[in-house]
Formats: sequence, structure tokens, C-alpha cells
Amino acid sequence: MNHSHYPKDDSFRVSLNGRYRIANLWQGLFFSALVIAILSLVALLYNVVDGAFGYVAYEYKHAPSEFTAKPLDQLNKQELLELLKTNLSSGAYKKLDNDKPMGERSKSVLVTLVLERLFQIDTKQTWSMTDSILHSNDIKAEVADKYPKAILEFRSWLTPVFLTTPMSSKAEFAGVRTAILGSLWMVGIAILFALPIGTGAAIYLQEYADKNFINRIIQTNINNLAGVPSIVYGMLGLAIFVRTFEGFTSGSMFGVTDSNGRTVLSAGLTMGTLVLPLIIINAQEAIKAVPDSLRQAAFGVGATRWQTVWHHVLPNALPGILTGSILAVSRAIGETAPLIVVGASTFISVDPSGPFSKFTALPIQIYQWTTRAQSEFHSIAASAIIVLLILLLTLNATAVLLRNRVQRKY
Amino acid sequence: MTYIASKMNQLDLSKKFRPGESLIQALLFLAGFLSIFITLAIVYELGKEAWLFFGNPDVTFAKFFGTTTWQPGIGHFGIWPLVTSTLITSLIAMVVSLPLGLAVALYLSEYASPKARSALKPILEILAGIPTVVYGYFALLFMTPLLQKIFGEGVGVYNMASAGIVMGIMILPLISSMSEDALSAVPRALREGAYAMGATKFETSIQVVLPAALSGIGAALIIGISRAVGETMIVAIAAGSGPNFTFNPFKAAETMTGHIARISGGDLSYNSIDYTSLFAIALMLFLVTLVLNLVSQAVINRFRQRYE
Amino acid sequence: MQNNQPEIAIETKNLFIFYGSFAAVSEVNIKIEKQKVTAIIGPSGCGKSTLLRAFNRMNDFVPSSYVTGEILLQGQNLYSKNIDPVEVRRKIGMVFQKPNPFPKSIYENISWGAKINGFKGNMDELVEQSLRGAALWDEVKDKLKKSAYELSGGQQQRLCIARTIAIQPEIILMDEPASALDPISTLRIEELMQELKQNYTIIIVTHNMQQAARVSDYTAMMMLEKDGSRSGTVIEFSETKRIFTNPKDKRTEDYVTGRFG
Repeated sequence: MNHSHYPKDDSFRVSLNGRYRIANLWQGLFFSALVIAILSLVALLYNVVDGAFGYVAYEYKHAPSEFTAKPLDQLNKQELLELLKTNLSSGAYKKLDNDKPMGERSKSVLVTLVLERLFQIDTKQTWSMTDSILHSNDIKAEVADKYPKAILEFRSWLTPVFLTTPMSSKAEFAGVRTAILGSLWMVGIAILFALPIGTGAAIYLQEYADKNFINRIIQTNINNLAGVPSIVYGMLGLAIFVRTFEGFTSGSMFGVTDSNGRTVLSAGLTMGTLVLPLIIINAQEAIKAVPDSLRQAAFGVGATRWQTVWHHVLPNALPGILTGSILAVSRAIGETAPLIVVGASTFISVDPSGPFSKFTALPIQIYQWTTRAQSEFHSIAASAIIVLLILLLTLNATAVLLRNRVQRKY
Repeated sequence: MTYIASKMNQLDLSKKFRPGESLIQALLFLAGFLSIFITLAIVYELGKEAWLFFGNPDVTFAKFFGTTTWQPGIGHFGIWPLVTSTLITSLIAMVVSLPLGLAVALYLSEYASPKARSALKPILEILAGIPTVVYGYFALLFMTPLLQKIFGEGVGVYNMASAGIVMGIMILPLISSMSEDALSAVPRALREGAYAMGATKFETSIQVVLPAALSGIGAALIIGISRAVGETMIVAIAAGSGPNFTFNPFKAAETMTGHIARISGGDLSYNSIDYTSLFAIALMLFLVTLVLNLVSQAVINRFRQRYE
Repeated sequence: MQNNQPEIAIETKNLFIFYGSFAAVSEVNIKIEKQKVTAIIGPSGCGKSTLLRAFNRMNDFVPSSYVTGEILLQGQNLYSKNIDPVEVRRKIGMVFQKPNPFPKSIYENISWGAKINGFKGNMDELVEQSLRGAALWDEVKDKLKKSAYELSGGQQQRLCIARTIAIQPEIILMDEPASALDPISTLRIEELMQELKQNYTIIIVTHNMQQAARVSDYTAMMMLEKDGSRSGTVIEFSETKRIFTNPKDKRTEDYVTGRFG
């Protein structure tokens, strides 16, 4: 045998140790990438929560003492009503009463009205949660110095009232009720449109289609549609649903006259088009998972294609199809860009009442408030984000539960 | 026992007319074909308006590609400011997401125990499930102040760097999950072959597994670019509102998607040059992402064939 | 009806089965006698199952498969253009290699096929008769509403047989029906076949020669063609007794005496 060119045992061990050191170093680097990803998520969530709570310094334009001697929280409902009636102009009061009879409104809503209409809060400055906790004394000193008349209060911007109040031009009194309802309408229409068609397309592709040219094109096309930027779907919706089919989407075909094509119906159809490829692809996976032996059994007793699909394939694929549509719903709820293009209203305080309503949606409000300069709007944007994330978390948890509850039967 | 259509001796096996079956099959085909129609509608609608835009006598090839100011309303048709900012933000996003995503994929597929993997993957899925508007908030109110703290005054309130970095974080889960799929598709035998020659785990994963999975990782990269180019909300919120021809990542500059979002969010009258110009931009976006997606899919298909 | 001339249930004429351009089975000419058990045996990969599935057009579901030649059921070619494959499967039932009950109750497993085929009689009666016919009634009569998946493998396979006889086919095809079962369940299926042939014509594919010898009246021996085309064909078809004691073909003799390969 030739003289070996490999290192001798001891020097090999030394070099092996070197190789191990390099390996460990890199493993550490790979792991730190994962840590960065996790930290980003933590930072993102913390940043949102940080914005939704904290000190706020505000002044009243009109001192409470001008209206009532008692502190606001000690007034009962009757006194609050009296207060509003005597101090608001009769026209303004009547308008409020028309929107919703004053007597039916809850006490907390009336308190909010007094604050908004009579005392007129003027927010001077807000602080993040972290600052409020860590630098509490500095903030107090700063406020006492800069805004001697101001009241400093630790406040949660995310409150039950925030969820149930419509939009307002003042951050302190704005809520996400209109936006949540708009999102629900939009998603409802989207899923009503996309789920039957998407499931139908998936059944066609998995159960009926031969492997011919046209069906291969359809499959490739669906995969590509899933990758089209959402804003392009927005442009499609603008051109087709808002403009071309304006008669239908504005409701003028059905006698609705006060609307143009920028309705929640257009938005829902646009979003339905956007999630259609996702629904198809997920439904295809669910149908693929139904074992072939089941189809053969059905065909073996003389079932037609549709009888086999309807009685055996679909019932067994259903949990998978539903899981897929929940994921599609959560995609649709978070999408923003197509809604901007299709024309979500940026300011609207009336609940959507039907498919031909003008609308706003949760992500649209987040976008609007985030891009405002005043920090109190960032606080309500953060609160709206928390609402949105909780909504998404609930949906995804439902999907996971649904997926796990389907026992593997075969 | 009584079956309606069965006679004891004479078998009738002739084709039955089943109108329901045929109708259902036709409806299902239509549902499948609708997706083709959607693509055609996108091409037609974007193409029609883009045709009007490019048909405008003021919009010349020389102006479109030869000048650097984009303000269609007053006759400036240089597309470059929108294109460069799209490229810069996408480039930053890929510089962030590719190495991080790949490292995460390597860690998960080669190093992490199955238990650790099942605990860590949901975290990445959460990251992937967060709406982009929330990332926009994060970019504007966390990343930008952070960059300002690190790099000082030169960093604008709106800037491409912040949007790009956050976009990278958004794309990271996509890159890591696609790369992980590619890595785990590499046959065990290849790894064992390397181990049997005395390679360490690191040497095996970098010098044997990674090259074998390279085309799959390439596909992930391409899809990532396509995502970054088409992403709207992060750049609309954090990159700036107004076309700006600059290569400085700390300056504000509007991307193609951001421009569409801002202009279409305002009062926009049909048939104006602003309106048609948006469709021209959208058509470019559509074509670019379509080509990227097709290429990526072709790469993945070839990659799959090799190992199946 | 006792007759010297045997009655033919189904016959193939010059049958070829193709997958694309590949002829998986070529030139099969056999006549299957009514109310007898006919076994198809042969080494694996010689096209036994393919031939069996041709009888009720289950091969239709394999893309690119087609046949030439004829399969005649009461004078009608099953592959002529005006024949409805659904009607064919209704008349020629099938039991598969692995038990494949529907994920429904035992009762529904039987009633479903009857329902879609327009059965108008007393369903309870049909279910009971079918289960009795498959020698399963006594074991399941108290749990008809339970899921079929709660049954053992052997019971599931008998349920699949019951499901098939519930639609009253002319012929029952069985594709290695006992290959996934234990010896005792296998025995019960074999006994069942002897009872079923009072009313039905049975064609069974088996890789187990002892089983073929035990249960069948006729046997078709399949082999790959000698020309190296990987195409299977029936090299010998006659009474089972004869195939196992006095085969004409040397290859059959080698196979049944274990000298094959």
C-alpha cells in the first residue's frame, strides 16, 4: 500500500476538533436566525400592546363645573339625559335621538356623549405602556410643567365601548363597530361566492377531469392565481365589479338609488375572487385524502360518478374543505390593499345594512389611523390591531381544532 | 324484492340518459373554468386601460423609460422612481429574509428534534398569518424609530429601509417553509453516504444536502421576490407617499404598489390619465409576478421529478 | 334448471386490455359458466386483476386504459358504445382485495347501494336477507346502527359481500378477497362462496393455489407471454380438477406443482 497522505491519528483528532468547532459555530448561527424570527414576532406583538395602553394627558375645553356640580361618574342615567338635553342644541339632540332613541342608550354611552359633546376632551399627549410604567414620575413632572391644566390618566384604549361605538373623527371617541360589521359583511359575501364555486372546481379537477391539455392549464392557472398580488385583484374588482357591473353592485338594478359601485358587495366579490384559488387548492387536498377504495366500493355497487362524490367523497372531505375555508376567511379578513382600491370609505359611522351599503373594514381603519400623525390615533390603531389579531387567532384555533377532531377513519 | 328497472331475464345495459349527471358535470366544469376566466379578465381589464394609457400621445417610450419623474396628472411619465423603489425595498427584503429563512430552514430540518420542530413551526406560522397592515404599523412605529436610533438623523420618518426590513420579516416564514420542504426532500441515502465517509453533521448539511436542495431553495427565493414586489400595505404605510427617484434606502420613495394604493384610495375619476396609468402599473406588476411564479413552479416541478 | 349444455354467464372474445400502448392482457377467450365458481390464478403481475376488473369496467377509471375484443353478457358486448358502465357494475358486483366498507353504519352500508339503484321494497328485509346471505346476520343483528369500522377485517369483508348481493347482481367478482384476512376468516369466506354459487356466478382472482383448488369449479391459468412483451394471457382454461391433476400445458404443471420460477 502507498504511504498514506492522511494525517496521523493524533493530528487528525486535532483537525476534527477544529471541524466540530466550526460546526458548532454555524449551528449557533442557524439557531440565532430562529431567535431573530421569534424576537421579531415578540417585538411586533409587544409594540402593538405597548401602543394600546398608557398614560394620556388631556384637557377639557369646557370645564365640567360649567355643567354639573357632581362628578360625572356619580350621575345617574336620568341626570345624564337631563344634562345633555339642556346643554346640547335642540337640533343636535334630535339628531342623536333619531339615530337611536336616547332613552335606550346605556349609561356608559351617555357618559361618552357628555365627554365628547359637552366637556370636549382635548388630548395633549399620549405615552406608550412601557414609558408609562418605567418613567411614571418623569411623565407626571413633564405634564405638570407643560400642561398645568391637563389631567393625566392611565388608560386602556381597548375598551368594550371601543368595540361597540361607530367611527368618530376624534380618536378618544372612535370605535370599530362599523368596521367589524363591514368586515363581517365583506367576508360573508366572499365566502358565499367562493366556497361553492371553489369546492365545485376542486371536485371537477379531482374527480372528473382527465389529464388533458385544458385541465392541465386550469390547474397551472389556479396555482398562479394564488400568487397574484392582492392589489391586482383590487384593480380587477375596481374595473369589473365597481365599474362594469355597477348596476348590479350598486343595487340600482334593484331600486337602490343612493349608492355607486363602491359597495360591500363589490368588496366581497373581489375578496371572493382573491381567496378562490386558496379554497380550490385546499379543497383539492381534502378530496385527495379520501381513499380510492371508497370510490371503488361505491362504483362497485353501481353508483354513478355524482352519487359517489355526493354520498362518499364530499362528506369525508368536508372537514378538510371547511378548514381550508376558515383559513381563506382569515386571509380575507386581514387583506387591506384590494379594499382600498375597490373603495372602502375612510370615514363612515353608519352600520352597513345590506350588500349595497358603503362600508369600511377593520384593516382599513388600522391603515387610516396608523397613517395619522397624532399619537392618539396610533393608540386606537393598536387597539384595532389587537381586535383583528384576536379575531384571526380565534378563526385559526377553530381550524386547528376542526382538523384535529377529524379522526383518521381509514 | 322489487327493483324498478330490473327484469329477470332480459338485461338492459344500454346507456341511460341521466340529465342530472350531465348538468352537474357541466356546472362543475364551469366552476373550474371560472379560474381561467378570472385570469383572462385580469389580462383584459388591465390591458384595456393600459392600452388607453400608452395610446395617449403624450406617453412616449422615451418619456416612459427615459425620464425620472412620475406625475401623470401633469404630464410626467417617467416610470423609474416607482420601479427603483420597488426594486430597492424588494432587495432589502430578500437580503433580510433569504439568509434568515435559509438558516431557520437548515436548523429546523437538520438540527431540531421533532419535538422542538413541532413547537417552533407554529411560531413561524403565526408570523406568516399576521395581516400585512399590521406589519405596516410595526414598520412605521417600531422599525423606523429603531433605525433612527441606530443611524441617526439621516433616516426619514418614511423610508425604504424600514419597509424593506419588515417586508423581509414577513417573507421569512415563506422562505423557511419552502426551503425546509426542499431540504427534507433530499433522500436520506445521500446524508448517510456523507456520514459514512466521516463527514460531520454541518459538513453534510452544507456540502451535501444544501447543494442537492438548491433548486428548491431557488424556487423559494423567486416566490419571495414575487411576494415582495407585490406587497402593498407595508410600503404604503412606511416607505413614503410620493414617487421619488433615489437610491438612498433611508429616504422616502413610493413603490408601484404603494402608488396604486394611494392614488386609488383618493378621488379618482374614470378615464382620467391617473386612472389608466394605475392599470398600466398593475399590468406590469401582474406580468412580473406571473413570470416569477411560473419560473418558480417550473423549478419546483423539475426538482420534484429528480427525487421521486 | 338442469341441462346438459352448460349455461354461459359471460364470455370474452379475443380480449386485449391496454394501458396506453402496453397490452397488459392479450388474447383472452374464455366462457364462464353460470352458477359456478371460476378461479383466475397465475404468478403476480400477469394481469389477473386487470382481467377481472375488465368484467365490470372498473378499468375505466385508469386513465389511458382501453380494451379491444369483446366481453359478452347475454349476447351484449359490455364495451360497445351504447353500454352504460354504471348499469354494468350494477349487474356485475365486485368484492375488493382489502375490505372497504363505507364509513357509515352497517345498515347503511347495505341500504345505500339498493337506494341509489331504485330499490322500492322493504329495506329492513333486504338488509337482513343480504346479511344472512353473507353469513353475517347473527353476528351483527344487534348493532346494525354501529359503524362498519367496528367490525373485524373478516366481518368487514363479509359485509362487503352482503353489500354486493343486496343489489342482486348476476355475477360477483372477487379480487383476492381473503388475502388480507386470517385463516379462520378465510375459511368462512370460502364456505360462503359455496353457498353463494347456488344463486350467483362467481369469478375469483387468487394467488393461493390451494384456495383455487378448494373453492373453484373452473380455473383459468394466466402467464406472461413467452415473447417477453410482459403481456399476460390465459394459457389454459378448464375444470379445476384437471388443471391441478392433469394440465395440458407444461407451464401450468410447473406452476401448480411449485416448480415455477
